[in-house]
Amino acid sequence: MIENRPGLNLLAHLTLMLGVAIVALPVWVAFVASTHTATDFMSGTIPLWPGPYLVENYARMLDAGVSTSGTPPVGTMMLNSLVMALLIACGKIAISITSAFAIVYFRFPLRNLAFWCIFITLMLPVEVRIVPTFQVVADLGLLDSYAGLSIPLIASATATFLFRQVFLTIPDELTEAARIDGAGPMKFFRDILLPLSRTNIAALFVILFIYGWNQYLWPLLITTSSDYYTIVAGIKRMADAVDGLPQWHLVMATAMLAMLPPVAVVIGMQRLFVKGLVETEK
Amino acid sequence: MASIILDKVGKIYAGGTRAVGDVSIDIRDGEFIVLVGPSGCGKSTLLRMVAGLESISEGTVRIGDRVVNDIEPADRDIAMVFQNYALYPHMSVRQNLAYGLKNRGTPRADIDRRVADAAAILQIGPYLDRKPRALSGGQRQRVAMGRAIVREPAAFLFDEPLSNLDAKLRVTMRLEIKDLQRRLRTTSIYVTHDQLEAMTLADRLVVLNGGRIEQIGTPLDVYRRPASTFVAGFIGSPAMNLIPSRAVPNLPGTAHAGIVGIRPEDLAVDPSGPIALDVIAVEELGAQRLVHGRTNGEMLTVTMPAGDAVPDRLQLACRPGATHLFHAETGQRID
Ligand SMILES: Nc1ncnc2c1ncn2[C@@H]1O[C@H](COP(=O)(O)OP(=O)(O)OP(=O)(O)O)[C@@H](O)[C@H]1O
Ligand SMILES: [Mg+2]
Repeated sequence: MIENRPGLNLLAHLTLMLGVAIVALPVWVAFVASTHTATDFMSGTIPLWPGPYLVENYARMLDAGVSTSGTPPVGTMMLNSLVMALLIACGKIAISITSAFAIVYFRFPLRNLAFWCIFITLMLPVEVRIVPTFQVVADLGLLDSYAGLSIPLIASATATFLFRQVFLTIPDELTEAARIDGAGPMKFFRDILLPLSRTNIAALFVILFIYGWNQYLWPLLITTSSDYYTIVAGIKRMADAVDGLPQWHLVMATAMLAMLPPVAVVIGMQRLFVKGLVETEK
Repeated sequence: MASIILDKVGKIYAGGTRAVGDVSIDIRDGEFIVLVGPSGCGKSTLLRMVAGLESISEGTVRIGDRVVNDIEPADRDIAMVFQNYALYPHMSVRQNLAYGLKNRGTPRADIDRRVADAAAILQIGPYLDRKPRALSGGQRQRVAMGRAIVREPAAFLFDEPLSNLDAKLRVTMRLEIKDLQRRLRTTSIYVTHDQLEAMTLADRLVVLNGGRIEQIGTPLDVYRRPASTFVAGFIGSPAMNLIPSRAVPNLPGTAHAGIVGIRPEDLAVDPSGPIALDVIAVEELGAQRLVHGRTNGEMLTVTMPAGDAVPDRLQLACRPGATHLFHAETGQRID
């Protein structure tokens, strides 16, 4: 539908601008806050334009962190978050693509049972099984480790079903042609299935990276050593300073920094991401 | 290159459906065999059993001197061309052609040479570095054939390879396939439901009906002496007239048969002829016309040269010796 009426155009643009403003305003305020000193913010009126302390605030956060709240420098926390997000995204993709491969292309005993087990994990995200999962992770001695941060979040099935759907759209003849061409199952997986699901993998990576990066409850629960604090959980720790007022300007600087990697991933993989979501032809 | 021998081959699908039964064919080395029959008669099933894509429930299949019942498709030394081409969409044409060879560990130089040869034969050289998506239907079909050729297999298996092409291209490609097979002399099994395609391509035709063989023979044999009413009605266009013999009482030599078959082109207008036809409809085909009518209540079709208006009533004579006689119940040929 293409209409070209100026009035309608204007209305459309106004709506969009309003939407952008609603989304962007808090981000702007956070950015502004991160460029002032702590006292500017406690004085009653919220400044709406950036102050002169941008470099100072950010440098301090990257370098030293807020010692009063016991959080390490932002750099360390960002690295922890990055490792966790990458482990979750890659781990989930690896596990779900192989299990989808098994379910779609192999007839093994108890196949249906396996299918339903995977299905059931859909109903059990970490938040639901958090107490038993914590117990298991603690018993395995995985508290305060990257494994403990990521493995419990990897184990779920959402992506399995996505890949199952993708594989089901690949015509049988293609599988048969590969069989005649002498490609065994693993070769077929590597040479045909992986390249054909490339865009889906990319789309999923973006979603899972952000999912992993934004994890909050789980990291908060299982990290006690500041060496393993993640940035999202770290912001929370900074904000509830025990003895004194929260250093909002520093918290906001951290929040701004925490936003960058997901934004970078989305922008970097935008083309593949959109293709993966809209492409149907195989 | 090899002969392919099917011995009492049958297929029962998991649900208990019998798709193919008791099929025995001796395919000679270098022969072009066409399996033809109506939709659902089991052609694809039979071909896929030869390819190894479908398990063989009964009987044995031999390719060359090996029984291949339990051999993987890749090790049967066959190549297959699919109806929807089944090209790997993410690989260039060159990679598509080379993939099977690469998997078999063919040396690099050998692959390059064979791909170049196949590309030259099929005239797909200019497209070697394109993706299949960027090719027309006819070009994709050539690539699919190229993928079969480079392997230099003992046999080609074709499953309705031309049915996705438009009518004109189908005719050209048909000729090309025939020409290619004549040059390479590779044993081929070709599945189609198009009787014209079957007639023009085959060294020998295998007419299937309901999973069983109705007749095997050269196209002309099958055309001239169809073994049953089914074959008679299926091969030849327009279809043969099949009418009870009582409807043509004056036709010589047909009295004792149940069903008489007469091809439309074997009938001609003759004022003293034994068949009286009440014309119902006329179809103009350009050079000739089809005249449909009734004689003693039975439908009859005649081909006539185009020309003057057709009267309401015609007297027809049948070319001597052109009648086919079939048993009324079994439909088998009896003369
Ligand atoms: N996987 C299957 N399971 C059960 N029955 C099947 C299966 N595949 C095919 N059939 C049945 O076997 C019969 C033969 O099928 P086949 O595909 O060989 O027909 P065909 O001659 O190739 O028809 P077409 O010209 O339409 O391709 C059909 O009745 C079909 O319903
Ligand atoms: Mg078929």
